[in-house]
Amino acid sequence: MKRVVITGAGTINALGHSVAETMEAMREGRCGIGELEMRDVDRLSIRIGGQVKGFEAEGEFNRQQIALYDRFTQFTLHAAKEALAQSGLEFHGELAAKAGVVLGTAGGGVSTWDENYRTVYEEGKNRVHPFVVPKLMNNAAASHVSMTYNLKGPSFTVSTACASSNHAMAQAFQMVRHGMSTAMVTGGSESMLCFGGVKAWEGLRVMSKDACRPFSANRNGMVQGEGAGIFVFEEMEHAKARGAEILAEVVGFAMTSDAADIVMPSKQGAARAITGAMADARINPAEVGYINAHGTGTAANDKTECAAVADAFGQHADNLMISSTKSMHGHLIGGTGAVELLACIMALRDGVIAPTIGYEEPDPECALDVVPNEAREARVEVALSNAFAFGGLNAVLALRRV
Amino acid sequence: MSVKDRVINIIAEQAVLEPSDVTMESTLEDLGIDSLGLVESIFAIEEAFDIQVPFNANEPQESDFDISNVGTIVAGIEKLVAEQHA
Repeated sequence: MKRVVITGAGTINALGHSVAETMEAMREGRCGIGELEMRDVDRLSIRIGGQVKGFEAEGEFNRQQIALYDRFTQFTLHAAKEALAQSGLEFHGELAAKAGVVLGTAGGGVSTWDENYRTVYEEGKNRVHPFVVPKLMNNAAASHVSMTYNLKGPSFTVSTACASSNHAMAQAFQMVRHGMSTAMVTGGSESMLCFGGVKAWEGLRVMSKDACRPFSANRNGMVQGEGAGIFVFEEMEHAKARGAEILAEVVGFAMTSDAADIVMPSKQGAARAITGAMADARINPAEVGYINAHGTGTAANDKTECAAVADAFGQHADNLMISSTKSMHGHLIGGTGAVELLACIMALRDGVIAPTIGYEEPDPECALDVVPNEAREARVEVALSNAFAFGGLNAVLALRRV
Repeated sequence: MSVKDRVINIIAEQAVLEPSDVTMESTLEDLGIDSLGLVESIFAIEEAFDIQVPFNANEPQESDFDISNVGTIVAGIEKLVAEQHA
């Protein structure tokens, strides 16, 4: 088996338009969640979100590209540009023939659906733009990355709700680990902050009207975010041979299914994924210093997740740090694991643990070190990233410091 | 503006050319308009004139709409616009 390292990272989210901006905000415990700005916001009962501000597609893409790129594709290409530039990789010949892109998204081109449903239902028009289908399809972002960077190997999109990015990155990891590909582009994106996208979440009655406060006793729900996180996963010897900067090593993963409930999380399913990732990575649980929690800020997730961590780690659960950066950038749904992987990289490479902000009251059911409100310096050897999706689909990644 | 000039403007915009560079003899290929560009142009024409253009990308030769060059397209649109007002 090959060893797999991360040699490029890129992002755009409510905290910043780059990895540097995002990590700076995480270090400072800055909140990117604010009042939503969108059409018909006055008809929403949930009016906050982690919206990407100041992003002008016109400055980044030409007219023909904009006609074809939904916002989730625009976010993906913006983040991919940063990741590929950092990696320094160019794809030609045999490398290109085997390299692909595996991305996660839950909704794909949600705003394209939204706008065009408006056109035909609300405005009563009988004609829509010819690019509606190529814009909204869930694989649009992955396909445009493959075209932009000449990636001719296995490319596809994974859609497992809130675990999409972790499942996608697990696939990319597997491909490099088993020698199918020398390098893979992976991660995920989401752009559901449009009227229909927020309205759908409102219906579930799990959303907070004021803030995302994971693990805090007074938490009152999740807050949506949007954006993308993109990475280059590369075979370690290949990366070393060309002198690439290595951000972290990906050492293992596990996926489990609760096979229980379409929305309620399961402690057993989550704990099996955490334990499985450690076994796959051949790490001792005591080596894990940081977990980037799924930490949605809902009553059900946070207590279930803490119980799962306690089960998986036993006594060591009290020694490790676990934080939810969703308190800052919101829940990016299918893109969330990708942006949250940045917090793991920051912990491993920089020794800075991103905080759980908005933390106000301890909850006895979440009695772990959740790094409340302020970032912390600590040397971490191994970090885990949790993602537990609706539908009971869980995916946990394990990363190691290099 | 005449139907002809409006159609030429739409095609020129799609091709990222000046309208003066688009002649009645130009083919879509000459102008660098591919199949996706063609359906986008037809959409823009339908929107501009509020007409339905009988064009199926699967069988462009079978459609009752000749896209051999700009001249045949303009003639087809003029006919559709005239029928709409008839």
